[in-house]
Amino acid sequence: MIEFHSVTKRFPDGTLAVEDFSLVLPSRKTTVFVGTSGSGKTTLLRMINRMVEPTSGSIDIDGADIGTLAPVKLRRGIGYVMQNSGLLPHRRVIDNVATVPMLQGTPKKKAREEALQLLDTVGLDRSLAHRYPSQLSGGQQQRVGVARGLAVNPNILLMDEPFGAVDPIVRAELQQELLRLQRELDKTVVFVTHDIDEAFLLGDQVVILRTGGLIAQVGSPAEILANPADDFVAAFVGADRGKRVLHLESYSDGDVLVDADGRLAGVLAGGTSPSAAAGAKTATEEKAAPEVKAGPFAGSGAPAQGGDPR
Amino acid sequence: MTWIWSNLDFIWDRTLDHVVLSIPPIILSFLLAVPLGWLAYRFRVGRGIILSGVGLLYAVPSLPLFIVLPFIVGTTVRSPLNLIIALTLYGVALMVRVVADGLASVDRNVRQSAMAVGFSEWTQFWRVEFPLAGPVLLAGLRVVAVSTVSLATVGAVIGAQSLGSLFTDGFQRGIQAEIIAGVIATVGLALALDGALVLLGRLLMPWTRSAPSTAARAPMRSDKEAVA
Repeated sequence: MIEFHSVTKRFPDGTLAVEDFSLVLPSRKTTVFVGTSGSGKTTLLRMINRMVEPTSGSIDIDGADIGTLAPVKLRRGIGYVMQNSGLLPHRRVIDNVATVPMLQGTPKKKAREEALQLLDTVGLDRSLAHRYPSQLSGGQQQRVGVARGLAVNPNILLMDEPFGAVDPIVRAELQQELLRLQRELDKTVVFVTHDIDEAFLLGDQVVILRTGGLIAQVGSPAEILANPADDFVAAFVGADRGKRVLHLESYSDGDVLVDADGRLAGVLAGGTSPSAAAGAKTATEEKAAPEVKAGPFAGSGAPAQGGDPR
Repeated sequence: MTWIWSNLDFIWDRTLDHVVLSIPPIILSFLLAVPLGWLAYRFRVGRGIILSGVGLLYAVPSLPLFIVLPFIVGTTVRSPLNLIIALTLYGVALMVRVVADGLASVDRNVRQSAMAVGFSEWTQFWRVEFPLAGPVLLAGLRVVAVSTVSLATVGAVIGAQSLGSLFTDGFQRGIQAEIIAGVIATVGLALALDGALVLLGRLLMPWTRSAPSTAARAPMRSDKEAVA
């Protein structure tokens, strides 16, 4: 469990990134901080492993004030995955994954064996183990980044817009992969994104932030979607624009769901004409749209289909 | 030409002298420049002072420096040590800025992620920043090596035996072949050292040669299928 107690961060240039922030992040759940740039979401994340020190207030992990812990030791116990993977370009994939265990004194041979197993865990072929990061695609690099984050078998995994720089299809794959991993591994995940659909897809608890790290609303995706706290939240989740209000339209090929803007949002599961949709659907989308529920499940399907001029 | 054939031993000996005079300054200047360059990179206040300081060092003319050095460090006037110290100073002058720039060239993302996964500052410097600055450091070191080899010839004027002795001797005795031999041997030595450094770089920095392969983009195919 991670607890923020009245945390404030003012940077030396005077910017107030986070003001009087208090929140409990439950264990073994995924908490997503979502907001635009300047909302302090990355600052909040980086305060958890002391890459950023709060100006006032404190953060506890499982009851212990992290301000009293040595930063380097604290960071080695917390997984960290960032945008653009942050892999060491001069180390091979396998050594990138084995880096932190080896810093902690795990023998090289053992660390490398475990690194290979982690490549399996994140769905990467072992043949990539001896490549350099620059020889991998963006999606593969992010998978290596996740494997590295898991290498010390941490209870907490911090993810800073980890899928922000990959294309929508790969992003959808990686999101499903993370959901699968989370089902298997049961970590306390703290995830930062500016993409509300991603937040609703991945988050058990979603924290919508406004400028200055002020909480606009905290809740499950369903709670936020059903009862947006105010106009800001409604605008942010797209409820005000009718993005979340779907209706059924019948075409000669079958029925499709359409949002208020007229954008095609999906089809009903077991719909009247599966053949019409099957051609363009990816495996990910099939998994992601088992019910008629526009909220959390729109995440992986809607962006890919929205731009599709069918 | 006959002079060259009958004096190959002499040329070879001067070449060895030259190597002994120029290798230590190259190594020493590198070793000294790393901590100085790190200070310049790490502390904004130090940066201006250190960089302008070493910049001035390079502006000191070499001949007066050779003459003044013995009085400052207490060596004898004709000691080869004077030359080694002077060449080291010039090497440092070139190299400190390179080290500072090289360290600054390391991707901010990589630095932050190294910090985030738990590298201590010391380990991060040696395992991440220093090796990643490698290509820039190597480029600087190649300039230092070549310039040191060419500067070392000046030592002949103050009596330090080197390939420069072929210039002074050939000039005094009017043997053109000896001067030409000196020029060619100096250039050859500089090229040989430069080549050795390039090889060393390839050996120590294998990742710099791994161009992004097209095969790695295979997963993107699903993208194209979806569009089709």
